[in-house]
Amino acid sequence: MTTLASLEHVTRRYGAVTAVDDVTLHIESGTILGLLGPNGAGKTTVISLLQGLRTATSGTVRLFGGDPADAAGRSHLGSTPQETALPATLRVGEVVDFVGAHFEHRVPTAELAREFGFDGLLRRQTGSLSGGQKRRLSVALAFVGRPKLVLLDEPTTGLDVEARCTLWAALTSQHERGATIVVTSHYLEEIEALAQRVVVMGEGRVLADDSLSGVLERVGLARVRLESSELGRVAALPGVDRVESDRAGVDPAGAGDATSATFFVRDPDAFVTALVRSGIAFRGLGVRGATLEEAFLSLTGPPPAPPSAATSVRKGF
Amino acid sequence: MSTAHLTLVHAKYSLLETARVPIAVIGGLVFPALSLLFFVVPQRMVADDPLFATQAVIALSVFALLANSLFGFGITISQARETAWDPYLRTLPAPALARVLAQVFSTGALGVVSILPVIVIGALLTEATAPLWRIGVGLVALAVASLPFMFLGIAIGYAMPSKAAIAVVQVVMFALAFGGGLFLPPILFADWLDTLSTFLPSRQAREFVIWAVQGGQLEPWVWIGILAWTAASLALALVLFRRDEGRRYR
Repeated sequence: MTTLASLEHVTRRYGAVTAVDDVTLHIESGTILGLLGPNGAGKTTVISLLQGLRTATSGTVRLFGGDPADAAGRSHLGSTPQETALPATLRVGEVVDFVGAHFEHRVPTAELAREFGFDGLLRRQTGSLSGGQKRRLSVALAFVGRPKLVLLDEPTTGLDVEARCTLWAALTSQHERGATIVVTSHYLEEIEALAQRVVVMGEGRVLADDSLSGVLERVGLARVRLESSELGRVAALPGVDRVESDRAGVDPAGAGDATSATFFVRDPDAFVTALVRSGIAFRGLGVRGATLEEAFLSLTGPPPAPPSAATSVRKGF
Repeated sequence: MSTAHLTLVHAKYSLLETARVPIAVIGGLVFPALSLLFFVVPQRMVADDPLFATQAVIALSVFALLANSLFGFGITISQARETAWDPYLRTLPAPALARVLAQVFSTGALGVVSILPVIVIGALLTEATAPLWRIGVGLVALAVASLPFMFLGIAIGYAMPSKAAIAVVQVVMFALAFGGGLFLPPILFADWLDTLSTFLPSRQAREFVIWAVQGGQLEPWVWIGILAWTAASLALALVLFRRDEGRRYR
């Protein structure tokens, strides 16, 4: 494994706002790295620092051992336009040829079109494509130069399930042929489906950097669902990270008409023991492990809630 | 991939994009030729006089490049700043120089296209005349005197969003064209307007190219004015370019 790109103690400020705060990150060859975080966490800034679009306020950004602002250093980098912004009057084939002209050993247009499923569209102007077709073309552009490292910023936003799966298959097959991929996403199932290593960012900092299972273990939250007329007292028990009412808009801490809620706890055994000891009446107890989405919320969300503010609102999605 | 090759690639696709929506540039391309055809050719007093006819052709050539530079840079840049395609192009392994040169080339190519019909109509339908080498010198002078227009266009492009840029470009273009004596010869101006006119880059460009083509005396205010406008508009463009980097990346 070689390090393709790295950030060393990188900070980037925009005026008074610190978008990236002392981030150190090494991207080794051969992995698919998932970069997760809510809006404003600094994901896109990290990507654009690696693309050479922005410079670090302090710290060092290296791409293939050089400076990403140096054009020649970007010849093994693939990236994708944001917001599917393609020049509307150019034909699909022309856009591919335009981008391909920047690379020494480019993939032939027809071959790329077949792989990403737009081979019938090469003569169409990009302005006439559907959202999903634009997205496939945009992602394909990242691979036209046979890159060693590919940076994908939210590649499947706005796609339906089927189109997303097609794109994931193309990404996986590109990865098997040797491309290292960094993918940012709001879709946690996307990261779960693709990534081997997960970096979670929040407020410009790296909150977790581990294997997929490692992140899950590290957070190690369990969901405990139960019914009770005294949900507020249950929420006040030690070890409760977060509470979600089962009825949207109802405050489980105070309202009498909410009877069931889900409690996120670090140690479900200790929690259940404390619950029983407390003498609170409950029924319908169920315990299961947290999904990545839930683990992720507890990493980026507010600190463990005090009893008076036991309700948490799901944010960011 | 060499910078020269990438410059050509970027210029090619920039022109291709423009050519797909010809109406966007057709005004800039055809308007100078139409002005000559409608306002100069029928006026036989001007058209039959080699001196005045040649000056009218020169004035409209200056206007062609003025319109071309303001539209080509002002509107292209302000529009590019509003899309995510432009930042994407900057992630490709092409040096910034290639992209800037491509913009100058593609705009310049359209500028040449807009001058050609003016010169052809002038040669065929009026008494405008000049030796071939003088026309060559005139074209070089025209390119030099157009630098302030180019920098003003860049400044407008970085200063405002495209909807505002379209309006501002038109106001600036017609103010400079009328005030600079590109539509009506300055000989018809009132004294105060004639004095004011000498401070405009369009008037200076007109006089500079006329001097290059027809010879005679070059007034100091012409070349001093061109130098001053070039320096000032370049400085403005650079300031706005830098400021834009800060604003775009917020």
